[in-house]
Amino acid sequence: MEEHMNLLTTVLERYGADPEALVEILRDLSQETGYVSQELLVAVADRLQLPRSHVHSVASFYSMISVEPRGRHTVQMCQDAPCHVAGGREVWQALEETLGIHFGETTPDGEWTLQVTSCLGLCSVGPVITIDGEVFGNMTHAKVQELLGRYRGCCCGGSQGGAA
Amino acid sequence: MKSLEELQKIKERALERRRMSAEGVRVRVVVAMGTCGIAAGARDTMTAILGELEKQKVTDVAVTQTGCIGLCEYEPIVQVQIGEGDMVTYGKLGADRVPTLIEKHVVGGEPIAEWAIKQTA
Amino acid sequence: MTYRANILISSSAPGAQAVEQALLEKIYEHHLDGEVQVMQAATLGPQAQGVELVIYPEGTHYVQLTPEDARLIVEEHLLKGRPIARLMFKGIEVEPLEAPASKEIRVVLRNVGKIDPGNIDDYIAVDGYGALGKVLTEMTPEQVLDELKRSGLRGRGGAGFPTHLKWTFARNAPGDEKFVICNGDEGDPGAFMNRRVLEGDPHAVIEGMAIAAYVIGARQGYFYVRAEYPIAISTLRLAIQQARDYGLLGNNILGTDFSFDLEVRMGAGAFVCGEETALMQSIEGARGMPTTRPPFPATKGLWAKPSNINNVETYANVPQIILKGGEWFASMGTEKSKGTKTFAIAGKVKRTGLIEVPLGVTIREIVYDVGGGILNDKKFKAVQTGGPMGGCIPEKYLDLPVDYENLAKVGSIMGSGGFVVMDEDTCMVDIARFFMEFTQDESCGKCVPCRVGTRRMLEILTDICEGRGQPGDIERLEAMAKYIARASLCGLGQGAPNPVLSTIENFRDEYEAHIYEKRCPAKVCKPLIEYIIDPETCIGCTRCARNCPVNAISGKPKQAHLIDPSVCVRCGICKQVCPVNAISIESEGKLAVG
Repeated sequence: MEEHMNLLTTVLERYGADPEALVEILRDLSQETGYVSQELLVAVADRLQLPRSHVHSVASFYSMISVEPRGRHTVQMCQDAPCHVAGGREVWQALEETLGIHFGETTPDGEWTLQVTSCLGLCSVGPVITIDGEVFGNMTHAKVQELLGRYRGCCCGGSQGGAA
Repeated sequence: MKSLEELQKIKERALERRRMSAEGVRVRVVVAMGTCGIAAGARDTMTAILGELEKQKVTDVAVTQTGCIGLCEYEPIVQVQIGEGDMVTYGKLGADRVPTLIEKHVVGGEPIAEWAIKQTA
Repeated sequence: MTYRANILISSSAPGAQAVEQALLEKIYEHHLDGEVQVMQAATLGPQAQGVELVIYPEGTHYVQLTPEDARLIVEEHLLKGRPIARLMFKGIEVEPLEAPASKEIRVVLRNVGKIDPGNIDDYIAVDGYGALGKVLTEMTPEQVLDELKRSGLRGRGGAGFPTHLKWTFARNAPGDEKFVICNGDEGDPGAFMNRRVLEGDPHAVIEGMAIAAYVIGARQGYFYVRAEYPIAISTLRLAIQQARDYGLLGNNILGTDFSFDLEVRMGAGAFVCGEETALMQSIEGARGMPTTRPPFPATKGLWAKPSNINNVETYANVPQIILKGGEWFASMGTEKSKGTKTFAIAGKVKRTGLIEVPLGVTIREIVYDVGGGILNDKKFKAVQTGGPMGGCIPEKYLDLPVDYENLAKVGSIMGSGGFVVMDEDTCMVDIARFFMEFTQDESCGKCVPCRVGTRRMLEILTDICEGRGQPGDIERLEAMAKYIARASLCGLGQGAPNPVLSTIENFRDEYEAHIYEKRCPAKVCKPLIEYIIDPETCIGCTRCARNCPVNAISGKPKQAHLIDPSVCVRCGICKQVCPVNAISIESEGKLAVG
């Protein structure tokens, strides 16, 4: 928890503790700690001198801000039509099978969370997934397994680029 | 910058720098590094190009990046221009194809027709 | 002034200068300069063909030109109207891989893919910030507005409101503090033109915003970009920093008393934030929910101050209009819709992707000439324009010139430029359901018509697709659609019924087939179709039975197989694996569906 409070200080500094930057602050916290816990929400409200209800209402409105715990790695897949037409269904199944969870869930060991995202504007290299924010296009069943393997094998997050 | 004249000077300097860099450089290699390119592996391609040039000790090549050129389904895209010649645009140029590209086109001067994106009216 | 011919020349090709000079000299010599205009363009295709030029309106494309050729073109083509065949581009020896250059004109995308977006000098080298310099030192805000008015530029975010009017309202609104905002919350699935501009030519948008700020009297601007575009955001941040370092943003820009700075704000995954009032709520750090209008942002926008909000593409057009003049811009397009527009072509066409064409090209030209025709040479059925709130345009309007008015006339919108092509295998009821699912999911929930109405419409559409449609459903959908369109607070709710209304209008027979005959004519809706093995063709290889995930297929080796429809989940795997094409999809309408 103390770690999270230190992070909060860093994130607040990033935006000059500006209450107007609440959406960004919450999104950064969510991305960097996996989710914004109840304690963290309260701390954000106190530090920015905003009503707690307001902070909570903003946090629950945006899909990129998570108020539920997430895994160490987050895999997102584009859910929109162009990616689906390009073979997204197969990739979708591959992700669920390989990780053994459904979309919206986190693996019991706390390693992986599987989520959907709205269109990333990369329709011509679809299907597209992201792992911890890194984008990978032209996905196939085989590439999903190879890619997840790369992340599994390395604690630093593995890749420095997209899948060829 | 405090005046329009300064803006003009920067423009002339930028144009001049382009000409200058064109003089010392025999080949220009441009990698499209929009998100679409990166998602398709452009970063691996870029790394491979830089690595291969160093390995083969080729020094008269300028490697630059640009945004999405609008042919996203063919990413990663790499463009090669020798001297003042026509620019050849390669599609689906993954890192695995880089050594051949450097050897044949950049060093050897022979474009690889079957990897190039052709254009029609 | 309108020119009788516009010539685009590929200015970046080696030797282009000499060709252009020869061309211009000859044009002046024959006093054609009042009738013919020469414009510099980026290269006219991905693989350069030496010095190229394209002559509009006919679109003749000449390649590999020498100065001598250019003189000949003036004398033969322009003066006598005789195109020179031997100089024309003829290259259909290979499989077409790109949009034909002759249909594309790049204004917004002129630098994208040509310059290094991470280096401001690259932008300045192609006249970047020259328009801002001109505006600050030579033009009054009124003169800028006049130029914009002459150009006929309209908002590229969807509604097509005249840009000069929007700026005038914000300029005339009382208040010391005003804001300019750039809407980069491009949420329509499949449309990514803003991403490409922000990633490839960020300074053009920054320059356009600075000009807007000068006109309306703002000192501060905001970029609102969706967080799904991290590279666009980092490119933009770098560009803003470089512009600050050069003094092109900040205090007393170019030694004048004009000061302006920019901040980037990121979204966090909410489609409705593309709506301008919701977007401003989000910038203020609140839930991105629309507010009632009036008051309009021009009088009471961000923090209740007068604000001007435009789309990325709108701002990116402005510097070119200032540099080349409103008349140049107005020479492209139709009577009421000027200039070019980027479109994201998706769906069942051979070539998908992002293009920029002059407004007024027909749907047929976009689908067949640019898109290369329908995939697998199937039949064109409809095109859905303008994103999830647009309508479906049927085949009878194939020759409709695309502009704001024409699209509205046939029940659709320009939107941000989405262009989804559908073929004969597309079920229009299913499409309507798909888009309603999207808008229902993205409804922010603030106003009842949108929150409850879209849910009810989605339920009815789902029932129809699953064979539970009732007589009267079509009329119910129509009545609700009209109510939701009229009573919703913002564009999302007002536009949500469009896909339904336009498909009912143009494809009512498909709705009726689903409801009254329990039949899906396009054979898409799973509960209404059946997979059937033709016993004559089946060779009994057992491949289908082995691949069936639910063991719905029975049959002995070397004998015709049979699918049990009560077990079958209509996944289609059997049809894919059958080596002799014995399996077909039927929708006879006599199925007992529960």
